[in-house]
Amino acid sequence: MVQSVSPPAGAPKPTTNRIGLTQADYKGSASTLCDGCGHDAISSQIVRAFYELGVEPHMVAKLSGIGCSSKTPAYFLSRSHGINTVHGRMPSVATGAGMANSSLHLIGVSGDGDTASIGLGQFCHLLRRNLSMIYIVENNGVYGLTKGQFSATADYGSKLKSGVVNELSPIDLCGLAIELGCGFVARSFAGDPKQVVALLKAAASYRGTALLDIISPCVTFNNHEGSTKSYKYAKEMDVPLHELGYIPFFEQITVDYEPGSVQEVELHDGSHLRLKKLHTDYDPTNRLMAINTIQKANTDGQFLTGLMYIDEKKKDFKTIMDTVDEPLVSLQENKLRPPKTALAAIMTSLM
Amino acid sequence: MVSTATLDSAQASSKSRIVNDFSIQVATVNGSGSQSSNNILMRSIFQMGVPVSGKNLFPSNIAGLPTWFTIRVNKDGYVGRKKEIDILVAMNPQTAREDVLALEPGAVSISPIEFKLNEVRNDVIHYLVPFTELAAKTTENIKLRKLLTNMLYVGILAELLEISEKEIERSIHKQFEGKTKAIDLNQNAVRLARAWTKENVKKQDPFFIEALNKTQGKIIIDGNAACAVGAMFAGASVVTWYPITPSSSLCEQLIDYLKEYRIDPETGKATFAVIQAEDELAALGMAIGAGWAGARSMTSTSGPGISLMAELTGFAYFTEIPVVVFDVQRVGPSTGMPTRTAQGDVTSAYYLSHGDTKHIVLFPGSVEECYSMAVQSFDLAERFQTPVFVLTDLDLGMNNWMADPFVYPDKPLDRGKVLSAEQIEKIGKFERYKDVDGDGIPYRTLPGTDHPLAAYFTRGSGHTDKATYTEKPEDYINLMNRLERKFNTARTYVPKPEVSSHDNAKIGIIAFGSSDVAVKESRDQLAKQKVPTAYFRLKALPFTTELKSFVEKYERVYVVEQNRDAQLRDLVRLELPEYATRIKSILHFNGLPIDARSITDAVLEQEKSSSKKQAI
Ligand SMILES: Cc1ncc(C[n+]2csc(CCOP(=O)(O)OP(=O)(O)O)c2C)c(N)n1
Ligand code: SF4
Ligand SMILES: [Mg+2]
Repeated sequence: MVQSVSPPAGAPKPTTNRIGLTQADYKGSASTLCDGCGHDAISSQIVRAFYELGVEPHMVAKLSGIGCSSKTPAYFLSRSHGINTVHGRMPSVATGAGMANSSLHLIGVSGDGDTASIGLGQFCHLLRRNLSMIYIVENNGVYGLTKGQFSATADYGSKLKSGVVNELSPIDLCGLAIELGCGFVARSFAGDPKQVVALLKAAASYRGTALLDIISPCVTFNNHEGSTKSYKYAKEMDVPLHELGYIPFFEQITVDYEPGSVQEVELHDGSHLRLKKLHTDYDPTNRLMAINTIQKANTDGQFLTGLMYIDEKKKDFKTIMDTVDEPLVSLQENKLRPPKTALAAIMTSLM
Repeated sequence: MVSTATLDSAQASSKSRIVNDFSIQVATVNGSGSQSSNNILMRSIFQMGVPVSGKNLFPSNIAGLPTWFTIRVNKDGYVGRKKEIDILVAMNPQTAREDVLALEPGAVSISPIEFKLNEVRNDVIHYLVPFTELAAKTTENIKLRKLLTNMLYVGILAELLEISEKEIERSIHKQFEGKTKAIDLNQNAVRLARAWTKENVKKQDPFFIEALNKTQGKIIIDGNAACAVGAMFAGASVVTWYPITPSSSLCEQLIDYLKEYRIDPETGKATFAVIQAEDELAALGMAIGAGWAGARSMTSTSGPGISLMAELTGFAYFTEIPVVVFDVQRVGPSTGMPTRTAQGDVTSAYYLSHGDTKHIVLFPGSVEECYSMAVQSFDLAERFQTPVFVLTDLDLGMNNWMADPFVYPDKPLDRGKVLSAEQIEKIGKFERYKDVDGDGIPYRTLPGTDHPLAAYFTRGSGHTDKATYTEKPEDYINLMNRLERKFNTARTYVPKPEVSSHDNAKIGIIAFGSSDVAVKESRDQLAKQKVPTAYFRLKALPFTTELKSFVEKYERVYVVEQNRDAQLRDLVRLELPEYATRIKSILHFNGLPIDARSITDAVLEQEKSSSKKQAI
């Protein structure tokens, strides 16, 4: 029942995607975040990515924890069910929802506080299970919603507005994710819409947990001089590892590249990710290289973006759990309740 | 001669036989492998048609600490814990002295000869047994000897109590299903012990088992297994858990049942997902996620897990997401007494979370009800779109109970008010939190529903009827009042209490859960002492209208429960403030299952003081 909200009579026919929906059909309600907040920029790219992919909105489920970032699922895809859970516990709710209905595309939005502090345990175990979902951390180095305290991703030496300097080691979510066996690990910047949208699309084609750690400046509490999560800092320091091109399965394009300058990765749904090499010779399928590169960048104070690591062969949680192909929620009573004979057999064994 | 009888009265009492009415306690060391011997002993008695129950009192330890297994044999079907031990099998050198000193004069003590328990006291009947010597004859294998020693006391008891050889053999076969070597070794050990007893022991105690016909057609099962069977037949499809005693065996047994009966025959794939979570927060989070997506979901835990689930329980209450939580209650926090029973989570489960929250709580009073209420809990959770707690306890959950075979559910699954795309199309609109029917229960849609109007955004406390964001006072009041309305509707859906009364009863008893067996036995004891009683066995919260009509009838009403703070008594008083002064309390909280004698004594004591007061 895919149907678009019909435009007023006489208006020019709006552009639609491959399932006949307009970009407006992927929008959410108006954002209540601060003007210029990085989180809003990410929401716009989510709208764009899902529109361009032609995903059926009703087959998407949006999930989040608590924080400014976690409010954003209300601001995109209003035709998808959404759930704003409690602080740090979105991964578990997503796991239950995903196991109950494996036909849904899950997209989770979290913050650096929600993921790296209160929710670190659930985040780690989500990655271990490799539940199929897109997991976005809108990383601003602070707790925006509680007015600017440091989060656990704040860089060493980074300064709060009040002048307080962070002296604790930061948690690098990408490094941690690779360590924990996550098979799709990317880092990006809310100010680079092209890269964000390509990564989002690739993540949507990936089966397993796809982590997108996106630096998303908090203009109100962490955008000043001395912050390492400000627009200015990120823009100046951003070193993309490669130029990303996403070719959806329904749109096979062939472009000639200089041999050796492009690496292609095939994703689960038949789409392709093309990584055009820039200055470094980076291979995101090499786990050790990924770990080394991240560690080195952290020591050198470099801000690397792009697809840090990919393993398209990992089994996702549904495959591991070996459940029936159809979603568990679609099973009817005849499959859910064993017959009378089953109860009788159990009773006999207990006599 | 290894048996010493030192008591004249014991000899005298042997003339008056005590048949099918006594208790046996086996004291062993945890990890010594006595479990199967105790099961065989209990099963054999059961197979002879004699009502029996077995309780395992075990420490929080894998091996080395003392453990006791008590078997209660009772022809009248009283299978609650009996306070006094009639026959002790003292196999644990650490506790043997204390164990034998705890006996009433005239009781029986069976012990290894080298413990010299006859030197500890001489007013009990001692059977001193050369266990080491006998064990040496059971097998060459030294490791196995320790295990077979446990079968030796089974043989000795079988001979003394006249337990049928055939039934012992049958239960050995059942216990070791097809493992012929184990069957042979165990049977041999029993025979050896029987022969030794026949030759060397002169029976001086009065205790006997005689075949009856009171267990025909019955089953033996523990409450956790019964809950598991119920959950499977309720159609649970997402099950989450984090191991904790005494609830672990609920999900472990559920996994076994699901693997047997819920694998799709065509594909060999599971029609369920059981997820071992990283903690109880995640366990409940997963179950809530699955409930939101439309699956029948559950988790199982004990008190410490309930505490961790507090925040998410409130979330599910406010967002109206169905989920079932089994709480197999145990004593207090952390280490110390986690393997002991209690009913201490009544108020914490009922009110779990922050803000104004209250929940449907079911109290199975038997293994049959563990099964039937497990089935019903899923219907209630989906009908009311809310967390439902099923409260059992260690005694009910982990001990073996006799029961009638479970009855196949007679009603189809009640999936509650869920709208499909076609229904929305017909109605033309959908408002997630609107009270359309006046019962406080709104309609919901599931993710994946293919209609542009189906989706809504789920969030905690601040939402309008249309599930949009709001901080308006009137919206919050509206939401809270509707949730209250919904809770009141639940009063007419939850299982009603079981009420019964002796003629001329002036006092009432209210109890729930595993206390039921002890209360029933106590009422018979009280009736014999000319204190007729009425009984209200609570099966659920919120209370139904039956509570008031019960309490208003009696001069005094005793609320019997296994906790220190009289948690249910307080809830009853809150419900019926006008009767507060007549609502009394009887408490039992020593970590052991409640017993009839303690209840009877407490009622008589309080009755005495209230009649004194009346006289003044
Ligand atoms: C259990 C609990 N503790 C504390 C809070 C308060 N709280 C709300 S948001 C937040 C931090 C959010 O930070 P982050 O995830 O980085 O999101 P941001 O606002 O920066 O996008 C905290 C601590 C809460 N809602 N729940
Ligand atoms: S406080 Fe920061 S994170 Fe929150 S909305 Fe404003 S800019 Fe964004
Ligand atoms: Mg933040």
